[in-house]
Amino acid sequence: MNVADNLSKPPVKKMNWDWVGVAPFFIFAIVFLFLPSLSIFYRSFQANDGGFTFDNIIALFTVRDIINAYKTSLQISLITAVGGAVFGFLLAYAVVLGGLPRGIRTFMSTFSGVASNFAGVPLAFAFIATMGNAGLVTRWIEGIFNISTRELGFSIYNMWGLSIVYMYFQFPLMVLIMAPALDGLRREWREAAENLGGNTYHYWRYVAFPILMPSLLGTMILLFGNAFGAYATAYAFSGSFINLVTILIGAQIQGDVLYNPGLGNALALGMIFIMGLSMAGYVWMQRRAARWMR
Amino acid sequence: MKKINIWAWIILFIGMIYFFLPLISTLEFSMKMIKDRYTFEAFRVAFTDRVFFERFGYSVLWALLTITLSTLLVVPTAYWVHWKLPKARPFVEFVTLMPFVVPAVVLTFGFIRLYARPPFFLNDRPILLIAGYIILSLPYMFRAVDTGLRAIDVRTLTEAALSLGAGWGTILTQVIFPNLRVAILSGVFLTFAIVMGEFTFASLLAKPAFGPYMEEIGSMRAYTPQALSLVSFLLTWASIGLLQWIGRGRVQEQVAGAH
Repeated sequence: MNVADNLSKPPVKKMNWDWVGVAPFFIFAIVFLFLPSLSIFYRSFQANDGGFTFDNIIALFTVRDIINAYKTSLQISLITAVGGAVFGFLLAYAVVLGGLPRGIRTFMSTFSGVASNFAGVPLAFAFIATMGNAGLVTRWIEGIFNISTRELGFSIYNMWGLSIVYMYFQFPLMVLIMAPALDGLRREWREAAENLGGNTYHYWRYVAFPILMPSLLGTMILLFGNAFGAYATAYAFSGSFINLVTILIGAQIQGDVLYNPGLGNALALGMIFIMGLSMAGYVWMQRRAARWMR
Repeated sequence: MKKINIWAWIILFIGMIYFFLPLISTLEFSMKMIKDRYTFEAFRVAFTDRVFFERFGYSVLWALLTITLSTLLVVPTAYWVHWKLPKARPFVEFVTLMPFVVPAVVLTFGFIRLYARPPFFLNDRPILLIAGYIILSLPYMFRAVDTGLRAIDVRTLTEAALSLGAGWGTILTQVIFPNLRVAILSGVFLTFAIVMGEFTFASLLAKPAFGPYMEEIGSMRAYTPQALSLVSFLLTWASIGLLQWIGRGRVQEQVAGAH
């Protein structure tokens, strides 16, 4: 932390002294968050000879490996965001409004907290033990249908397999966020809808869903980013078999696999851009959701 | 009402299968080390590896360093935002959301390109690793401490302490920290859970830790990786369990994780 310490006494001239109290925090953020991001931005527009260029950005849309990496990353993120959101919502609904015993609610919230944080290497290994070549589920299926999945050329080390793995931390996150939102639906709203002659369908179509929509969409965006930025799980699950943007950036760190340092930076910049967009979408949706959550 | 109930049970059942099947499979897989018999041999092998304890110890060390520094960074800042500088809140919140915008792998990329080279050579020591972990912990730490500060009357406490002649150091250590113990602890447990299994930073910055060790073992052996996975899962379970037990009745909102 030497750098942060040395910089933590900025020249203070006629400035609001109150800001000094938060200076260490912002200096840390500048040194270890903004400068590295800024350098990625700067170097994305830098040619190998040091001059300014748009070539790296253009290459993002023309080099096949990169296009494929973005495509796969986007696909997995979309699939697991939508899948996680739908199933997570149903599960949250079942637990909060489905009339299940109260103990299940407590259990579910603990388990969702654990599962949404259980990711990376151990998660990948758990799923290899579940549906890998010698996995429990694989052996069950082989036993029941009397087939050999390997002979059928069946493999889980592809986009769909990884999506199943990601779902393990995706839908619990949805449960964690949607359960309080469902709690926020007031009984009076339902009664009001019924008094006005509406049935369950009308209540959900015109009252509950419009209220929940911002939370739903916001969380879906969150899940999207959650999957898009994931590296450890994918790497431990399939090595570099599945060509994701994060995997490509990791490979670029370990050795210049693109044979162009500028292009590596542009790749990272594209990632920041997409993540930034989704974060902005999330924050915007959160604001809208907050209107009803009092 | 009855119809809804049946659907609720079905969905709960599917959810439970998704939760538990991978865990059961992992346990079953780890117990198959000796042919035709279920044993805990894989666990014995995993726990007799000297390297395991070394790497695990490193991760504990990184976690403790991260927790200490992150607390020292976040608590005074959050306190100051509450007491003197509400204007700074949007900026602080913006920073704490950044780990979501700049994922670990991208941040590592930036770190290495900027600081692992001359004239900095910061990666010769674990500075970048800890800095990365602190960044990862910011959303959890800040949220936890911020929630804690909302629950106490910062203004009254501070003014009372000031009028009794306390300095800022005394106020922070004697008044604010003790009042925030529960809030800080919940941030601490989450940070601990994340750092203990973290792979991206440790692996790409080439620092010894439990996450990369698991991955190494995974490419060398069968069975023991699954045993280690269960250890890691129990660790996460213990951390989150403690967290929820301490912060009963509070909603833990989460934004980013180390996936």
